Amino acid sequence: MENQWFTISVYSENSVGLLNRISGIFLKRHINIESLNVSKSEIENVSKFTIVVFTTEDWTRKIVQQIEKQIEVIKAFYHTDDEIIYQESAIFKIDSDLLFDERQIQNIIKEHNATIVTVARDFFVLAKTGRRNEIDEMHDAFEPFGILQFVRSGRISVSKETMPISNLLEEFQLNN
Amino acid sequence: METLKVTEDKSAKQKSMRVTGAEAIIHCLLAEGVDLIYGYPGGAIMPVYDELYKFQDKLTHILTRHEQGATHAAQGYARVSGKVGVAMATSGPGATNLVTGLADAQIDSTPMVCITGQVPRHLLGSDAFQETDIVGISTPVTKWNYQITKASEIPEILAKAFYIARSGRPGPVLVDITKNAQFDEIDFTYEKCTGVRSYTPVSEPDENAISAAAELINSAKKPMIVFGQGVILGEAEEELKRLVEKAGIPAAWTIMGLSAMDTEHPLNVGMVGMHGNYGPNVLTNECDLLVAIGMRFDDRVTGSLDTYAKQAKVIHFEIDPAEINKNVKADVAVLGDCKASLKLLLPKVKENSHEAWKAEFDKKYQEEFEAVIKNDIHPTKPGLTMGEVIEGINIASDQKAVVVTDVGQHQMIGCRYAKFRQSKSNITSGGLGTMGFALPAAIGAKMGAPERPVVAIIGDGGYQMTIQELGVIFQHNVGVKIVVLNNNHLGMVRQWQELFFDKRYASTVMTNPDFVKIAEGYHIKSNRIEERKDLEAGIKEMMEYDGPYFLEVVVEQEDNVFPMIPSGASVSDIRLK
Ligand SMILES: Cc1ncc(C[n+]2csc(CCOP(=O)(O)OP(=O)(O)O)c2C)c(N)n1
Repeated sequence: MENQWFTISVYSENSVGLLNRISGIFLKRHINIESLNVSKSEIENVSKFTIVVFTTEDWTRKIVQQIEKQIEVIKAFYHTDDEIIYQESAIFKIDSDLLFDERQIQNIIKEHNATIVTVARDFFVLAKTGRRNEIDEMHDAFEPFGILQFVRSGRISVSKETMPISNLLEEFQLNN
Repeated sequence: METLKVTEDKSAKQKSMRVTGAEAIIHCLLAEGVDLIYGYPGGAIMPVYDELYKFQDKLTHILTRHEQGATHAAQGYARVSGKVGVAMATSGPGATNLVTGLADAQIDSTPMVCITGQVPRHLLGSDAFQETDIVGISTPVTKWNYQITKASEIPEILAKAFYIARSGRPGPVLVDITKNAQFDEIDFTYEKCTGVRSYTPVSEPDENAISAAAELINSAKKPMIVFGQGVILGEAEEELKRLVEKAGIPAAWTIMGLSAMDTEHPLNVGMVGMHGNYGPNVLTNECDLLVAIGMRFDDRVTGSLDTYAKQAKVIHFEIDPAEINKNVKADVAVLGDCKASLKLLLPKVKENSHEAWKAEFDKKYQEEFEAVIKNDIHPTKPGLTMGEVIEGINIASDQKAVVVTDVGQHQMIGCRYAKFRQSKSNITSGGLGTMGFALPAAIGAKMGAPERPVVAIIGDGGYQMTIQELGVIFQHNVGVKIVVLNNNHLGMVRQWQELFFDKRYASTVMTNPDFVKIAEGYHIKSNRIEERKDLEAGIKEMMEYDGPYFLEVVVEQEDNVFPMIPSGASVSDIRLK
């Protein structure tokens, strides 16, 4: 089986030790977490982990089974890139001189639809939201001119299929 | 939710009472039906020990001589009784000493709750005296764990801990309790936990899967069952037996499934796995249907997965969804409790027999008997064998003993040759292979099944890993029979060195102390046997003796355990010598 990008979505209780438990599942199998985002979800008091891995589907499935087995995990899913709508964000800090000395810089900003967050005397800051490759492309375009600082956020995504967590929780309420 | 009234407990005056966190812990344990715990005190857990002192008429605490011993004793207790074992320790080194037992209980699905003391909340993260992050450390080896920092959390969290430990696929839970939470007062009420919304312990059996399984079983020509500990944990022994008999299917066990079915049942064809029987291993690769019940296809069972049962359809009865298709792909997966699933399966299964197929197992058994078994249990050479000792115990105990084995050659021989008629009788460290397990586990087993004879079979190496627990046996007069099979080597490792490392015996030869004197130092009746002529009488004396007994049997130094599937080889390539 070939390596592929998979996005794992984990709905869980908001508990302190869970991140450790989940990351241990990857650690044990030497599978690198390419990106990780933890936030609240559409359901009150339910957290959502969005984890990106580059591995085989077989490993991804086994990892998801192990994640789901954790007591505080309500449900976990995995999807390929075309089964989700996703975004990542990046921030670039760039030397202000470039803005005035290098004419192409302004074009790069325009071409990549980047937002200027702030302009100071010494540096300016650009933000870009998009798919991973779009951010990579903008990064590559700036690289020859020098980037003072770069950071990319974890992926956030929603799936095209439904992830019926509310139903699960309601069912539990009914049965208990 | 079911409300368990604490008023049932005479010490409680009304439904809600004002108690310290430490006292609340005791009430929680009592409400969960716990009357016996194993542990070791220290600074961060002292308030709880103070309460244990006050409640000693209701709750017995056994001071093991090492916290590891407390975990294994709790495991032994849990494995014979089906109840949750409880171990307690202080923070820091006390807590870290529990880790091996937690890992063992996790991989062998043993219900256990460990309670550790922790430094007061305000000192957390300050590298205080005896502070360790036991929640962090124990995360990969627990089913669930939690740190309590407020007394008010105690009832709910302990209720949850017991529920999680015993439900679904059982496992160990660790609850770490800061010292301030033990001192603070709360209004105590207790409600048993009946569910956790993010956790589904057991799936409902799926009728379609069960029908599909029945169809495969009914049309199979050469079916074979492999059953594991799931049958014991799910108390599905009777259903298994009925399936085996009705469909006429030869059934083999994994080391953890041993004793789930009478070892002498005509359709019981022995053990699968690395040192299992010849027939069930070889025929795994010849059957047309493999019915796996409550087992997880451990690599010690399957050998190389690339060549494991490739010709067969596979049905997997399993409680843990994460085990489905983990190692072996199932054609039909029946998720859920195997007792419930087998009950639904039975009426759909046709009466059948597979005599010619069964005869193949018998033929392979004869081959194995000639090549291995005969010499193991009826040896003609002068030196004693481990096999004849086990056989002697079978005879003297009338196959009614609980047999607790440690890890190594004696474990494999013990599990190959011990005979059982009753379930929950084989206690061994299967998944983790923890040397030092047997002596403390036997203590727990004896306390969990006081009416049954309990025999611990231990190697001279593993014995010395937890030998200090003789102190418990002496102090509490725990009537276990301790048999050390002394080959003066770390036998199993020596065997591998002989077979795969050109006999370079690196650190496997041991100069041993006088084991009899050590046992005598603990005032335990003891004996050493060096010759065959003394064996039968020696075992008989031990079994008949009322109380703990230590028996050292000096066995051949360089015997090997066969058959053997070399690691990474196929089950078909099992070697008879
Ligand atoms: C705690 C631990 N350390 C090391 C091992 C590796 N190991 C497996 S079997 C074995 C030898 C056991 O020797 P002994 O207890 O004398 O039993 P024998 O094999 O001779 O019956 C060793 C060292 C282990 N299983 N557990």
